[in-house]
Amino acid sequence: MRGLSFDIAHMLAGSLVLVSFMQLYQDRLYALLNIYALHALILAMSVAWQAFVQDAPHLYLTAVIALVFKAIVIPTALHKIIVRLGIHREIETVVGVGPAMLLGMGLVALAMVVMLRVTAEADPLAREDLAFALSVVLLGLLMMVTRRNAVSQVIGFMSLENGLVLAATGAKGMPLVVEISVAFSVLIAFIVIGIFLFRIRERFDTVDVQALDRFRGERR
Amino acid sequence: MAVIREFVFQGAEMLLVLLLSPLLTGFVRKMKARLLQRQGPPLLQPYRDLIRLMRKEVVLADGASWLFRVNPYIIFAGTWVAASLVPTFRSGLLFSWSADLIAIIALLGSARFFLALAGLDVGTSFGGIGSSREVMIASLAEPAMLMIMFTLALIAGSTQLSTMAAFMLSSEVGLRVSLGLALLALIMVAIAENARIPIDNPATHLELTMVHEAMVLEYSGRHLALIDLTSELKLLLYVSVIGCVFTPWGIAAPDSSPLALAVGFASYVGKLAVGGMLLALFETAIAKMRVFRVPAFLGAALMLGLLGTLLLFVSRSL
Amino acid sequence: MMVVYALYGVAALLVLAPLAIALGRSPRGSAVIYGASLIVTLTLGMIALLNLFEYSGRVSVVSLPLGLPWLGAHFRIDALAAFFLVVVNLGGAAASLFALGYGQHEDSPQRVLPFYPAYLAAMNLVVMADDAFSFLVSWEFMSLTSWALVIAHHRIKENLQAGYVYLLMASFGTLALLLAFGLLAGSDGNYAFDAIRATHANGGLAALVLILVLIGAGSKAGVVPLHAWLPLAHPAAPSHVSALMSGVMTKVAVYGFVRIVFDLLGPPDWWWSMVVLGVGGITAVMGVLYALMQHDLKRLLAYHTVENIGIIYIGLGLALAFKAHNMPLAAALALTAGLLHVFNHSVFKSLLFFGAGSVLNATGERDMEHLGGLIHRMPQTAFVFLVGCVAISALPPLNGFVSEWLTFQAILLSPQLPSWGLKFLVPAVGALLALSAALAAACFVKAFGVTFLGRASTPAAQAAKETDTNSLAAMFFLAALCLVAGILPGFFIDALAPVTRSLVGISMPHQAGVEWLSIVPIAESRSSYNGLLVFIFIVFSGTLAASAIHRLASDKLRRGPAWDCGYPDPNPATQYTASSFAQPIRRVYGTSVFRAREIGEMPAPGSILPARLTVKLRDLIWDAAYAPVADGIGYASEKLNSLQFLTIRQYLSLVFAALVLLLLVLAIWP
Repeated sequence: MRGLSFDIAHMLAGSLVLVSFMQLYQDRLYALLNIYALHALILAMSVAWQAFVQDAPHLYLTAVIALVFKAIVIPTALHKIIVRLGIHREIETVVGVGPAMLLGMGLVALAMVVMLRVTAEADPLAREDLAFALSVVLLGLLMMVTRRNAVSQVIGFMSLENGLVLAATGAKGMPLVVEISVAFSVLIAFIVIGIFLFRIRERFDTVDVQALDRFRGERR
Repeated sequence: MAVIREFVFQGAEMLLVLLLSPLLTGFVRKMKARLLQRQGPPLLQPYRDLIRLMRKEVVLADGASWLFRVNPYIIFAGTWVAASLVPTFRSGLLFSWSADLIAIIALLGSARFFLALAGLDVGTSFGGIGSSREVMIASLAEPAMLMIMFTLALIAGSTQLSTMAAFMLSSEVGLRVSLGLALLALIMVAIAENARIPIDNPATHLELTMVHEAMVLEYSGRHLALIDLTSELKLLLYVSVIGCVFTPWGIAAPDSSPLALAVGFASYVGKLAVGGMLLALFETAIAKMRVFRVPAFLGAALMLGLLGTLLLFVSRSL
Repeated sequence: MMVVYALYGVAALLVLAPLAIALGRSPRGSAVIYGASLIVTLTLGMIALLNLFEYSGRVSVVSLPLGLPWLGAHFRIDALAAFFLVVVNLGGAAASLFALGYGQHEDSPQRVLPFYPAYLAAMNLVVMADDAFSFLVSWEFMSLTSWALVIAHHRIKENLQAGYVYLLMASFGTLALLLAFGLLAGSDGNYAFDAIRATHANGGLAALVLILVLIGAGSKAGVVPLHAWLPLAHPAAPSHVSALMSGVMTKVAVYGFVRIVFDLLGPPDWWWSMVVLGVGGITAVMGVLYALMQHDLKRLLAYHTVENIGIIYIGLGLALAFKAHNMPLAAALALTAGLLHVFNHSVFKSLLFFGAGSVLNATGERDMEHLGGLIHRMPQTAFVFLVGCVAISALPPLNGFVSEWLTFQAILLSPQLPSWGLKFLVPAVGALLALSAALAAACFVKAFGVTFLGRASTPAAQAAKETDTNSLAAMFFLAALCLVAGILPGFFIDALAPVTRSLVGISMPHQAGVEWLSIVPIAESRSSYNGLLVFIFIVFSGTLAASAIHRLASDKLRRGPAWDCGYPDPNPATQYTASSFAQPIRRVYGTSVFRAREIGEMPAPGSILPARLTVKLRDLIWDAAYAPVADGIGYASEKLNSLQFLTIRQYLSLVFAALVLLLLVLAIWP
């Protein structure tokens, strides 16, 4: 049982990293949204599995929150936003897919080294899970850095947050309140960004955040 | 006596892959047609095509050299040897130790080398376009395949396919992230190597984006039959490799009873059917890519393979 | 005694050089010189082989009263030297045989003949030298003779420039080696290798020596970023000399590296291997990418030498890593892989340069865009060139695959290495190696396809004739060696056993006794390869298919115009050229590595101007490493130029200032 539970947790965390890479690879908005939904779904499964293994019922709630909000509500809403903005064909990246993936590999390697070194005496399950979680966070950040489109940046931000939740559930005994507040803060951030998106769109007729820089006169 | 028995099995393996490969292609075509609500060609159509091509005369282009005429045999022989070294229904083939997975990949590389040369031989623009794109795709697919091989070999502690299959059957393996990465990358490479959608379209001749079909445009008659048979063999080979490494259930051990062999055979055919079905499903669900999006696709496969290897290198130190 | 006989051979080569000056202009001169070189190198090769096989690397030493009076000149043959002597003299013999035919067409033989035997002698001396002084003198001698051969055709401006760059880089490399030996010898001035071997340099000093050797030997071997001279100089020489430079001299440089780092420098630190592996991986990929962008056949081959040197360094780096972590069996495997690649590369690279030389002779063209269709007019050359292409692309069942296979096996052993850095570097280097192998295949599809296949694009290519018997004999010999080393690698691995024993203390398991002549590096359950069986298997199934088809199927055949989707164009300019073949790869890799840009100019509709496509490539390494140095020197010399126009009083004050400065330094010196 010990071996199997480790293997499944490990595989779920690993697939989360894999899906982060898929996000990095995908530059079409619809597909990106679907992959994000998959990301959230895997997160929910991972959290649920942790709840089962650790016998911590409050984690089930976290899993449900992840499933409902992140895998269903937010992607659907973003989907609608994209339709209303009419930007579903826009593909804009700052760095090409190849270099971005290479950078991502480097980040995963970095996360591995740091985590495995720091937590030398912790138990192996937590160690690798933490390393994977840090990788997901870093990949989310990378995604935010390498994309121009505001929607992809939002998705990068939310997948970063998924990484945080993964780390939190891996470490035993994180209080429920914190999670719920995190979830809601994300929701609020999402709403704010959504409004923000519409505003940029109205003003500049694009959601390319470079337009903001141009407006501020930073890039010519 | 035992040696003769082993020889018989090796010969059976060679014949089996040769006979089954057109059937697999026919099955995929049929499935695709059914998914599109068409009747589709009969399952045995690839065999008929091969026989018809064999009967026809060869029309050789004026500028074709001796290499052009020898090439189909070289390509076919290389691929056939590679395909008959992959364990299908029974592991521990007589000659399996003569070439491990690296050598099998390299044998396919040799076949591709000569195929690309064939595309250049007559000196036409279509042949050149096909060859140059083929080597571009191969320059990413081959390293990706080698990285996948690294991942598998590091997990199983061997580069021999038989040993890998045996290891995967044992209880030591568990679910490994690296294995998942390798499987995904292997599927991507297999799609590219077999010139399937979204990389290339196996069903068309007259399209500017074609790769494989452009290379073999000048072949006709028995030469074309051999080339077609080779690509069918290659498809079978990749499905067999995936089946042998990732779903090794049912493969008979070297010294097993006829019943186990029958089970092995049935499970092999089952794996082929499932593989063909999934391929058809995937191909109907997805659109073809622009040629210059292919590097990103294969680059992703390469990265996944590299990531799998890297994870293994690191987790060994736990 | 071995070494004395070998020195007699070298002396014979050195005697040939002045003889060649006398014979230079006579019509039989080249036959005499090349014939004599062939005999001497064959003898030398035999001596080395005898040492390696019969006496399994027994050490034989001699010291001659030459050179520095307190040092003398020491020479020695041990297993490592014997192996490299085999490589040098095998390449030398093949080149001499080839030159028996090829040299007939030389229009200024007096510029090639005297230096050729001297060059061979110099390479032999480097390998046999047993003290720093004779090593460096032989090394310089080798550089100078090869430089003379590079500028043999001095009327071509490019060659002179190539010679200039080569001379600069060679001096730079020798300087680095000189410093390295100075550090190794220490303050007592122990320049004999025996004395150096006895005293181990400590940490920081050893690291400095490693870096200096990497620069000194690496610049001769063509390691990126010190490769810049190589693709200029190697193609400029006559083709048999190009073969020697690419196939053999780079190996002498590798010998220098192995001799110093594995033998003289003492036990390695683990991070040394990081440097060597990193350099090897980058060299391998950059070399082949550069090669893909070329359309000059000989230059393409020269860049491929860079790639293969990278592969060799990867093997050596792995061996260092294993040695440092006390894993002798794995170290033996990696070292064997590297050294086997040394041998293999010398064989197929010589073969390919001979092929390029034959093409050059038959058509007067090195530019692949002006060739094409040569397989019809030079079928035998085409065949052996094809063998060389398959071998260098690391495809089974030829020899290039065996050494790469062994390298991969060595990489698969490396997760057991405990250092963190290596854990990340080794998989990355593995990926680079795999990438370079795949790109090499692409590159040789291009080289063979554009040169020998397709339609002739110029009248010169149309009028080509098959080359002469001697050249063909040399090429067929090397092609056969490619096959033999590919299908019976066990014997070659066993021959390397004394070398690895002397360098890492242990050798790979004995291969000749393995069933069916396969090779098994560690254990059969882990990995094994049998080139012979694969070869027989391919031949068998190919023949089976052919005979079945000819028995059962129609064997009718009709010639007709090419189909080409119904739009055949009789103009050979419409076929794929070297540049167009490389275009997809250029788009994938070149945009980042070479900043490749394609500029297409389409004339307006109705205009009769031709459309134009310009491709711009930038050599970033040149721009980053060489251009600033050249600019700096130019700038400095421009500034210093004014010093030439001073008055006598100003000159005097300069001298006076220098004197006072020196005195001040003396005064301040503690």
